[in-house]
Amino acid sequence: MRYCILLLILGGLLAGCSRSPDSGETRTLLNVSYDPTRELYADYNAWFRQYWANETGETLTIRQSHGGSGKQARAVIEGLKADVVTLALAYDIDAIADRTDLLPQDWQTRLPHASSPYTSTIVFLVRQGNPRGIHDWGDLVQPGVQVITPNPKTSGGARWNYLAAWAWAMEAHHGDEAQVRAYMRALFQHVPVLDTGARGATTTFVQRGIGDVLLTWENEAFLALNELGSDRFEIVVPPLSIRAEPPVAVVDANAQAAGNLKVARAYLEGLYSPEGQRLAARHYYRPVEPEYADPADLARFPDLRMVSIENFGGWRAAQARHFDDGGLFDQIYLNAQPEADR
Amino acid sequence: MPLMLQDPPLIRRALIAGALLVLGILLVVPLAAVFTEALRLGLGTALTALTEPDALHAILLTVLMAAICVPLNLVFGLAASWAVAKHDFWGKSLLVTLIDLPFSVSPVIAGLMLVMVFGLHSFLGGLLEGWGLQVIFALPGMVLATLFITFPFVARELIPAMQATGREEEQAAYLLGANGWQILWRVTLPNVRWALLYGVLLCNARAMGEFGAVSVVSGHIRGETNTIPLQVEILYNEYNFVAAFALAAVLTLLALLTLSAKSVIEWQVRRQRAHPEAERLTNRVPLHQLPR
Repeated sequence: MRYCILLLILGGLLAGCSRSPDSGETRTLLNVSYDPTRELYADYNAWFRQYWANETGETLTIRQSHGGSGKQARAVIEGLKADVVTLALAYDIDAIADRTDLLPQDWQTRLPHASSPYTSTIVFLVRQGNPRGIHDWGDLVQPGVQVITPNPKTSGGARWNYLAAWAWAMEAHHGDEAQVRAYMRALFQHVPVLDTGARGATTTFVQRGIGDVLLTWENEAFLALNELGSDRFEIVVPPLSIRAEPPVAVVDANAQAAGNLKVARAYLEGLYSPEGQRLAARHYYRPVEPEYADPADLARFPDLRMVSIENFGGWRAAQARHFDDGGLFDQIYLNAQPEADR
Repeated sequence: MPLMLQDPPLIRRALIAGALLVLGILLVVPLAAVFTEALRLGLGTALTALTEPDALHAILLTVLMAAICVPLNLVFGLAASWAVAKHDFWGKSLLVTLIDLPFSVSPVIAGLMLVMVFGLHSFLGGLLEGWGLQVIFALPGMVLATLFITFPFVARELIPAMQATGREEEQAAYLLGANGWQILWRVTLPNVRWALLYGVLLCNARAMGEFGAVSVVSGHIRGETNTIPLQVEILYNEYNFVAAFALAAVLTLLALLTLSAKSVIEWQVRRQRAHPEAERLTNRVPLHQLPR
């Protein structure tokens, strides 16, 4: 009996904890996102809550869930009640649309710029002074270089990494696919550990000190510099990379069931607003409407040549050819025996 | 003669020193590191990190999970061990194997099994969803995962203890006219109470610390479905090391508390073994008090 009372008290405390203490109507919105957006959405959510309170008088609690993009899509498919998804690449949202009735197939046409309010690219993070002399994709397969990149099966960033490397190799080898595959195989021979998400890979590189170069999102590289000191790492921008477009979408059925359709739409539209664009640039994402961003923030983005996912025939084609079970990545990775322990 | 049974003093000391060194590197240094890192910016900063709403929620959720799982597994474990130790029936060895199953299944697999059974696209998950009950990515799923992982702890402690006491005392109580509940409360339980408490403590420690299985079914929603271990991982990945280690220190303290409780129990058990007669006299209800 005493335990029952204890349990009730605990439950009450928990409930009290999860609801914000105010008299007005409280609404909870769940944003299921990928790994490196944590800091961006922490700031954006604070702004949007204020904006929404001013507009409607409603108090909004915005919950975040972060993880590898593919893993997060999987969780939404299995029933995680996301009102909005903000993932690393379009295919992961396609997968939700394909396997469930949660949102329509044409979700990507509902917002401007193919539903990507910000873009990024893939760069290299190396240790201070660039001791291995890494400047381009070809340098990654020099003897003894260890490359850190997450697993393309679970991480969106890793798929962008892979495609950027592929695009470089296609150019370097004038489209000779046998040589491109040989390069990719060599590249993955230099990867000692595959983390499940971009943030895990960053921690492996910066905290655990493993590897000579980290392939990562531009925003993630900037953040690592910012958080952990620019005296330990530096960013190397390869001459050619890929334009990474992380899309956003309302998960209609979930938002509707929770009565959140209106706020969910406003939440995503807010990302395209001047303030949303300014915050994206502040957190090292390239805004799609640069005129709203602080010029000082924009000045941090280097110019480089970028291919896009269209060079691969869009995400569905790229996913089917490279990342599905038995696809090119599987063939490349299974053949890439780790280099002998050094 | 005794000299021949002992290793030379040098070897003995070297072995002891070696053991202490390994213990120090594997246990003491990491433990110290957790607390040092947590207090790196002072006690105030650590406490602020702990009173942050998401952290507070994680602590409460962890305690709530333990408060649900431990009593349930206490009942399950007691029932299972009672059946196994005091009765003979067909399929008993199968039951014993099943009780051990959670030990041999990887926690991540345990979590995935729950997703398969209760996920949105399974029959059961769809049915429950229709009734508005969400299991996976919500508290029920996390409780189920923890229940599965901690299931063997109580039973595994109780079965040997119950087998060791045999069945004669229960049979005697039965002949003297005690009913089932009286036998349970006055004969069976007092005999195994230390083993029971020990099992409960182990079960509690694991329920609070479980990561893998809970991680699969949690959905990682901050301030909603993150237990302490999950929140620690998130904070660590956000470069928020003081908060991560402060929370880890809380979990460590809970574990140390459990361990010291365990040590007290072991000490009690040793005392009981040393003076079995005294223990019997003080803890037994005299037979004449049993209702006829």
